[in-house]
Amino acid sequence: MAATATTDAPVFDKKTWMGGVEPMKASYGKLMMWFFLISDTFTFSALLVTYGLIRFSYPAYDPAVHGEFHFSNLYWPIPEKVYEAVPFLHGMELPLVFVGIMTFILIFSSVTMVLAVEAGHRMDRAAVEKYMLWTILGGITFLGSQAWEWSHFIHGTDEGTVIREIVNGQWVERTIFGANLVENQYGPPAFADLFFFITGFHGTHVLSGVVLNILIFYRTSFGLYERRGHYEMVEKVGLYWHFVDLVWVFVFTFFYLV
Amino acid sequence: MADHSSHHHDHEHGVIAEPQTKGIWKTFIILSVLTAFEFLIAFTLNAGFLKTSIFVLMTIVKAFYIVGEFMHLKHETKSLIWAIILPCIFVVWLMLALLMEGGFIYIAK
Repeated sequence: MAATATTDAPVFDKKTWMGGVEPMKASYGKLMMWFFLISDTFTFSALLVTYGLIRFSYPAYDPAVHGEFHFSNLYWPIPEKVYEAVPFLHGMELPLVFVGIMTFILIFSSVTMVLAVEAGHRMDRAAVEKYMLWTILGGITFLGSQAWEWSHFIHGTDEGTVIREIVNGQWVERTIFGANLVENQYGPPAFADLFFFITGFHGTHVLSGVVLNILIFYRTSFGLYERRGHYEMVEKVGLYWHFVDLVWVFVFTFFYLV
Repeated sequence: MADHSSHHHDHEHGVIAEPQTKGIWKTFIILSVLTAFEFLIAFTLNAGFLKTSIFVLMTIVKAFYIVGEFMHLKHETKSLIWAIILPCIFVVWLMLALLMEGGFIYIAK
Protein backbone atom coordinates (compact mmCIF):
# COMPACT_ATOMS: atom_id res chain seq x y z
CA MET A 1 0.00 0.00 0.00
CA ALA A 2 2.75 2.40 0.95
CA ALA A 3 4.59 1.54 -2.28
CA THR A 4 1.67 2.51 -4.52
CA ALA A 5 0.99 5.62 -2.48
CA THR A 6 4.48 6.97 -3.19
CA THR A 7 4.21 6.46 -6.96
CA ASP A 8 0.85 7.85 -7.99
CA ALA A 9 -0.60 9.63 -4.97
CA PRO A 10 1.91 11.55 -2.87
CA VAL A 11 -0.93 12.89 -0.72
CA PHE A 12 -0.95 11.66 2.88
CA ASP A 13 -4.04 9.54 3.42
CA LYS A 14 -5.09 10.08 7.00
CA LYS A 15 -7.45 7.11 6.90
CA THR A 16 -4.55 4.70 6.57
CA TRP A 17 -2.30 3.51 9.34
CA MET A 18 0.83 1.69 8.26
CA GLY A 19 -1.07 -1.58 8.64
CA GLY A 20 -3.68 -0.31 6.22
CA VAL A 21 -6.60 -0.46 8.66
CA GLU A 22 -7.82 2.27 10.92
CA PRO A 23 -9.29 1.03 14.21
CA MET A 24 -12.25 2.98 15.60
CA LYS A 25 -12.22 5.14 12.45
CA ALA A 26 -9.83 7.52 14.18
CA SER A 27 -6.34 8.38 13.01
CA TYR A 28 -3.38 7.09 14.97
CA GLY A 29 -2.55 10.50 16.44
CA LYS A 30 -6.11 11.27 17.54
CA LEU A 31 -6.53 7.87 19.18
CA MET A 32 -3.27 8.25 21.08
CA MET A 33 -4.30 11.74 22.20
CA TRP A 34 -7.54 10.24 23.57
CA PHE A 35 -5.63 7.56 25.47
CA PHE A 36 -3.22 10.14 26.86
CA LEU A 37 -6.19 12.22 28.00
CA ILE A 38 -7.68 9.18 29.76
CA SER A 39 -4.46 8.76 31.75
CA ASP A 40 -4.47 12.48 32.55
CA THR A 41 -8.10 12.13 33.67
CA PHE A 42 -6.95 9.58 36.24
CA THR A 43 -4.22 11.91 37.50
CA PHE A 44 -6.60 14.81 37.99
CA SER A 45 -9.29 12.54 39.47
CA ALA A 46 -6.76 11.25 41.99
CA LEU A 47 -5.87 14.82 42.98
CA LEU A 48 -9.48 15.94 43.35
CA VAL A 49 -10.48 12.78 45.21
CA THR A 50 -7.53 13.37 47.56
CA TYR A 51 -8.96 16.84 48.18
CA GLY A 52 -12.27 15.20 49.10
CA LEU A 53 -10.58 12.66 51.37
CA ILE A 54 -8.63 15.29 53.30
CA ARG A 55 -11.59 17.65 53.47
CA PHE A 56 -13.81 14.91 54.89
CA SER A 57 -11.19 14.10 57.52
CA TYR A 58 -11.51 17.66 58.93
CA PRO A 59 -14.55 19.12 60.71
CA ALA A 60 -16.86 21.12 58.45
CA TYR A 61 -17.82 24.67 59.42
CA ASP A 62 -21.00 24.58 61.47
CA PRO A 63 -22.58 27.91 62.59
CA ALA A 64 -24.10 26.21 65.67
CA VAL A 65 -20.68 25.07 66.92
CA HIS A 66 -18.21 27.66 65.60
CA GLY A 67 -20.33 30.81 65.65
CA GLU A 68 -20.02 33.39 62.88
CA PHE A 69 -17.61 32.41 60.13
CA HIS A 70 -14.01 33.42 60.61
CA PHE A 71 -10.82 31.88 59.28
CA SER A 72 -9.59 29.17 61.62
CA ASN A 73 -7.35 26.15 61.30
CA LEU A 74 -9.85 24.13 63.34
CA TYR A 75 -12.26 23.52 60.45
CA TRP A 76 -12.32 23.50 56.64
CA PRO A 77 -13.08 26.99 55.25
CA ILE A 78 -16.04 27.96 53.05
CA PRO A 79 -14.55 28.63 49.58
CA GLU A 80 -16.61 31.77 48.86
CA LYS A 81 -15.12 33.40 51.99
CA VAL A 82 -11.59 32.62 50.77
CA TYR A 83 -11.86 33.62 47.12
CA GLU A 84 -13.47 37.05 47.21
CA ALA A 85 -10.75 39.41 45.95
CA VAL A 86 -10.69 41.00 42.48
CA PRO A 87 -7.77 42.92 40.94
CA PHE A 88 -8.00 46.74 41.18
CA LEU A 89 -10.90 46.47 43.64
CA HIS A 90 -8.90 46.25 46.84
CA GLY A 91 -10.81 45.67 50.06
CA MET A 92 -14.13 44.84 48.41
CA GLU A 93 -15.83 41.56 49.16
CA LEU A 94 -16.76 40.06 45.81
CA PRO A 95 -17.04 36.33 46.41
CA LEU A 96 -16.20 34.09 43.45
CA VAL A 97 -16.36 36.97 40.95
CA PHE A 98 -12.77 36.73 39.77
CA VAL A 99 -12.78 32.95 39.51
CA GLY A 100 -16.04 33.26 37.55
CA ILE A 101 -14.34 35.59 35.09
CA MET A 102 -11.48 33.08 34.76
CA THR A 103 -14.00 30.31 34.04
CA PHE A 104 -15.57 32.33 31.24
CA ILE A 105 -12.16 33.17 29.76
CA LEU A 106 -11.31 29.47 29.56
CA ILE A 107 -14.70 28.43 28.15
CA PHE A 108 -14.42 31.17 25.55
CA SER A 109 -10.93 30.12 24.51
CA SER A 110 -12.32 26.61 24.11
CA VAL A 111 -14.94 28.02 21.75
CA THR A 112 -12.34 29.82 19.62
CA MET A 113 -10.39 26.53 19.52
CA VAL A 114 -13.39 24.65 18.03
CA LEU A 115 -13.82 27.51 15.58
CA ALA A 116 -10.17 27.01 14.53
CA VAL A 117 -10.79 23.27 14.08
CA GLU A 118 -13.90 24.02 12.04
CA ALA A 119 -11.95 26.47 9.86
CA GLY A 120 -9.30 23.77 9.40
CA HIS A 121 -11.91 21.39 7.99
CA ARG A 122 -12.73 24.04 5.38
CA MET A 123 -9.01 24.60 4.62
CA ASP A 124 -9.49 28.23 5.56
CA ARG A 125 -5.96 29.14 6.62
CA ALA A 126 -6.67 32.78 7.50
CA ALA A 127 -9.54 31.78 9.81
CA VAL A 128 -7.41 29.10 11.51
CA GLU A 129 -4.72 31.70 12.18
CA LYS A 130 -7.27 34.19 13.54
CA TYR A 131 -8.95 31.74 15.92
CA MET A 132 -5.64 30.23 17.07
CA LEU A 133 -4.52 33.74 18.04
CA TRP A 134 -7.71 34.28 20.06
CA THR A 135 -7.20 30.91 21.76
CA ILE A 136 -3.61 31.77 22.66
CA LEU A 137 -4.73 35.14 23.99
CA GLY A 138 -7.40 33.45 26.15
CA GLY A 139 -4.84 30.99 27.53
CA ILE A 140 -2.35 33.71 28.40
CA THR A 141 -5.07 35.82 30.05
CA PHE A 142 -6.11 32.83 32.14
CA LEU A 143 -2.50 32.22 33.24
CA GLY A 144 -2.12 35.88 34.18
CA SER A 145 -5.33 35.73 36.23
CA GLN A 146 -4.12 32.63 37.99
CA ALA A 147 -0.80 34.28 38.78
CA TRP A 148 -2.68 37.18 40.38
CA GLU A 149 -4.90 34.79 42.34
CA TRP A 150 -1.88 32.87 43.64
CA SER A 151 -0.16 36.08 44.59
CA HIS A 152 -3.20 37.25 46.55
CA PHE A 153 -3.58 33.84 48.20
CA ILE A 154 0.08 33.86 49.25
CA HIS A 155 0.10 37.41 50.60
CA GLY A 156 -3.26 37.14 52.34
CA THR A 157 -5.81 39.66 53.58
CA ASP A 158 -4.98 42.96 55.31
CA GLU A 159 -6.13 41.72 58.72
CA GLY A 160 -4.57 38.27 58.69
CA THR A 161 -5.71 35.56 61.09
CA VAL A 162 -4.73 35.13 64.73
CA ILE A 163 -3.74 31.58 65.54
CA ARG A 164 -2.91 30.00 68.90
CA GLU A 165 -0.08 27.55 69.11
CA ILE A 166 2.17 25.94 71.70
CA VAL A 167 5.73 27.29 71.71
CA ASN A 168 8.10 25.87 74.35
CA GLY A 169 5.19 24.49 76.33
CA GLN A 170 3.19 27.75 76.40
CA TRP A 171 0.21 28.95 74.40
CA VAL A 172 1.09 32.00 72.34
CA GLU A 173 -0.96 34.02 69.87
CA ARG A 174 0.41 35.05 66.50
CA THR A 175 -1.08 36.72 63.42
CA ILE A 176 -0.36 35.04 60.09
CA PHE A 177 -0.94 36.51 56.66
CA GLY A 178 -1.70 34.47 53.58
CA ALA A 179 -0.66 30.91 52.99
CA ASN A 180 2.32 28.78 52.12
CA LEU A 181 2.98 25.07 52.34
CA VAL A 182 3.36 25.03 56.15
CA GLU A 183 0.92 27.66 57.44
CA ASN A 184 -2.35 29.03 56.18
CA GLN A 185 -4.48 31.94 57.35
CA TYR A 186 -7.63 30.63 55.64
CA GLY A 187 -7.82 27.21 57.29
CA PRO A 188 -5.86 24.02 57.86
CA PRO A 189 -2.43 24.01 56.12
CA ALA A 190 -3.59 21.01 54.04
CA PHE A 191 -6.17 23.30 52.40
CA ALA A 192 -3.43 25.58 51.04
CA ASP A 193 -1.24 22.62 50.04
CA LEU A 194 -4.08 21.19 47.95
CA PHE A 195 -4.85 24.61 46.47
CA PHE A 196 -1.25 25.04 45.30
CA PHE A 197 -0.95 21.46 44.04
CA ILE A 198 -4.24 21.17 42.15
CA THR A 199 -4.53 24.64 40.63
CA GLY A 200 -0.78 24.58 39.99
CA PHE A 201 -0.99 21.25 38.16
CA HIS A 202 -3.89 22.56 36.11
CA GLY A 203 -2.01 25.81 35.41
CA THR A 204 0.96 23.78 34.17
CA HIS A 205 -1.39 22.06 31.75
CA VAL A 206 -2.68 25.44 30.55
CA LEU A 207 0.91 26.60 30.07
CA SER A 208 1.86 23.58 27.97
CA GLY A 209 -1.42 24.00 26.06
CA VAL A 210 -0.48 27.60 25.24
CA VAL A 211 2.98 26.47 24.07
CA LEU A 212 1.40 23.82 21.80
CA ASN A 213 -1.12 26.36 20.49
CA ILE A 214 1.69 28.79 19.63
CA LEU A 215 3.50 25.99 17.79
CA ILE A 216 0.34 25.15 15.82
CA PHE A 217 -0.24 28.81 15.01
CA TYR A 218 3.36 29.17 13.82
CA ARG A 219 3.15 26.12 11.58
CA THR A 220 -0.26 27.16 10.23
CA SER A 221 0.96 30.63 9.33
CA PHE A 222 3.92 29.12 7.45
CA GLY A 223 1.49 27.02 5.44
CA LEU A 224 2.69 23.61 6.63
CA TYR A 225 -0.80 22.18 7.11
CA GLU A 226 -2.02 23.64 3.84
CA ARG A 227 0.80 21.85 2.03
CA ARG A 228 0.06 18.68 4.01
CA GLY A 229 -3.54 18.86 2.80
CA HIS A 230 -5.27 18.73 6.20
CA TYR A 231 -5.37 20.50 9.55
CA GLU A 232 -5.58 17.41 11.76
CA MET A 233 -2.83 18.73 14.02
CA VAL A 234 -5.18 21.56 15.04
CA GLU A 235 -7.77 18.95 16.00
CA LYS A 236 -5.32 16.93 18.11
CA VAL A 237 -4.04 19.93 20.04
CA GLY A 238 -7.67 21.08 20.23
CA LEU A 239 -8.55 17.86 22.07
CA TYR A 240 -5.87 18.65 24.63
CA TRP A 241 -7.05 22.24 25.00
CA HIS A 242 -10.68 21.22 25.56
CA PHE A 243 -9.50 18.71 28.12
CA VAL A 244 -7.76 21.50 30.04
CA ASP A 245 -11.05 23.41 29.97
CA LEU A 246 -12.89 20.28 31.13
CA VAL A 247 -10.54 19.85 34.09
CA TRP A 248 -11.16 23.48 35.06
CA VAL A 249 -14.92 22.82 35.09
CA PHE A 250 -14.29 20.12 37.71
CA VAL A 251 -11.73 22.14 39.68
CA PHE A 252 -14.16 25.07 39.67
CA THR A 253 -16.97 22.94 41.11
CA PHE A 254 -15.05 20.96 43.70
CA PHE A 255 -12.64 23.67 44.80
CA TYR A 256 -14.61 26.89 44.56
CA LEU A 257 -18.31 26.03 44.71
CA VAL A 258 -18.83 22.98 46.94
CA MET B 1 -16.92 22.11 -0.27
CA ALA B 2 -20.47 21.46 -1.38
CA ASP B 3 -21.70 24.77 -0.13
CA HIS B 4 -20.69 27.17 -2.92
CA SER B 5 -21.02 30.81 -2.13
CA SER B 6 -19.95 34.29 -3.04
CA HIS B 7 -16.99 33.91 -0.67
CA HIS B 8 -14.17 33.56 -3.20
CA HIS B 9 -10.49 33.42 -2.40
CA ASP B 10 -7.42 33.25 -4.60
CA HIS B 11 -6.71 29.93 -2.97
CA GLU B 12 -5.13 26.89 -4.57
CA HIS B 13 -8.14 24.79 -3.56
CA GLY B 14 -10.48 27.35 -5.04
CA VAL B 15 -13.62 28.08 -3.04
CA ILE B 16 -13.62 28.04 0.73
CA ALA B 17 -16.90 26.82 2.17
CA GLU B 18 -19.02 28.99 4.44
CA PRO B 19 -18.42 28.43 8.15
CA GLN B 20 -20.83 26.08 9.93
CA THR B 21 -20.66 27.44 13.45
CA LYS B 22 -24.25 27.34 14.67
CA GLY B 23 -23.74 24.21 16.77
CA ILE B 24 -20.59 25.63 18.36
CA TRP B 25 -22.32 28.81 19.52
CA LYS B 26 -25.28 26.82 20.79
CA THR B 27 -22.93 24.72 22.95
CA PHE B 28 -21.23 27.90 24.18
CA ILE B 29 -24.56 29.39 25.23
CA ILE B 30 -25.54 26.20 27.06
CA LEU B 31 -22.21 26.17 28.95
CA SER B 32 -22.52 29.86 29.84
CA VAL B 33 -26.10 29.50 31.08
CA LEU B 34 -25.17 26.48 33.21
CA THR B 35 -22.21 28.36 34.74
CA ALA B 36 -24.43 31.39 35.46
CA PHE B 37 -26.97 29.05 37.05
CA GLU B 38 -24.22 27.60 39.26
CA PHE B 39 -23.44 31.11 40.50
CA LEU B 40 -27.10 31.68 41.28
CA ILE B 41 -27.21 28.46 43.32
CA ALA B 42 -23.94 29.34 45.07
CA PHE B 43 -25.50 32.47 46.60
CA THR B 44 -29.11 31.41 47.12
CA LEU B 45 -29.02 27.90 48.61
CA ASN B 46 -27.60 26.94 51.99
CA ALA B 47 -24.79 24.40 52.06
CA GLY B 48 -26.13 20.89 52.14
CA PHE B 49 -26.81 17.73 50.21
CA LEU B 50 -29.18 19.42 47.73
CA LYS B 51 -26.70 22.17 46.84
CA THR B 52 -23.82 19.75 46.36
CA SER B 53 -26.00 17.44 44.23
CA ILE B 54 -27.03 20.31 41.95
CA PHE B 55 -23.37 21.34 41.51
CA VAL B 56 -22.28 17.79 40.69
CA LEU B 57 -25.16 17.36 38.25
CA MET B 58 -24.40 20.71 36.51
CA THR B 59 -20.73 19.72 36.26
CA ILE B 60 -21.56 16.39 34.64
CA VAL B 61 -23.89 18.10 32.15
CA LYS B 62 -21.15 20.63 31.28
CA ALA B 63 -18.62 17.81 30.92
CA PHE B 64 -21.05 16.04 28.57
CA TYR B 65 -21.24 19.09 26.30
CA ILE B 66 -17.50 19.77 26.32
CA VAL B 67 -16.53 16.15 25.63
CA GLY B 68 -19.47 15.39 23.34
CA GLU B 69 -19.53 18.53 21.20
CA PHE B 70 -16.20 20.35 21.54
CA MET B 71 -14.11 17.18 21.64
CA HIS B 72 -16.46 15.60 19.12
CA LEU B 73 -16.70 12.31 21.03
CA LYS B 74 -20.47 12.10 20.41
CA HIS B 75 -19.77 11.73 16.70
CA GLU B 76 -17.04 9.08 16.98
CA THR B 77 -17.59 5.32 16.67
CA LYS B 78 -19.31 3.49 19.53
CA SER B 79 -16.18 1.51 20.39
CA LEU B 80 -14.16 4.72 20.86
CA ILE B 81 -16.90 6.30 23.00
CA TRP B 82 -16.98 3.28 25.32
CA ALA B 83 -13.17 3.00 25.37
CA ILE B 84 -13.11 6.50 26.85
CA ILE B 85 -16.14 6.35 29.16
CA LEU B 86 -15.83 2.88 30.69
CA PRO B 87 -12.42 3.39 32.39
CA CYS B 88 -13.92 6.41 34.19
CA ILE B 89 -16.02 3.98 36.26
CA PHE B 90 -12.82 3.35 38.25
CA VAL B 91 -12.87 7.02 39.23
CA VAL B 92 -16.37 6.65 40.68
CA TRP B 93 -15.18 3.72 42.77
CA LEU B 94 -12.06 5.60 43.91
CA MET B 95 -14.20 8.57 44.89
CA LEU B 96 -16.67 6.55 46.97
CA ALA B 97 -13.90 4.56 48.66
CA LEU B 98 -11.73 7.53 49.59
CA LEU B 99 -14.56 9.87 50.64
CA MET B 100 -15.82 7.20 53.05
CA GLU B 101 -12.26 6.69 54.24
CA GLY B 102 -12.02 10.44 54.91
CA GLY B 103 -15.14 10.23 57.07
CA PHE B 104 -13.61 7.39 59.07
CA ILE B 105 -10.35 9.33 59.58
CA TYR B 106 -12.45 12.19 60.95
CA ILE B 107 -14.16 9.87 63.44
CA ALA B 108 -10.83 8.31 64.45
CA LYS B 109 -9.06 11.67 65.03
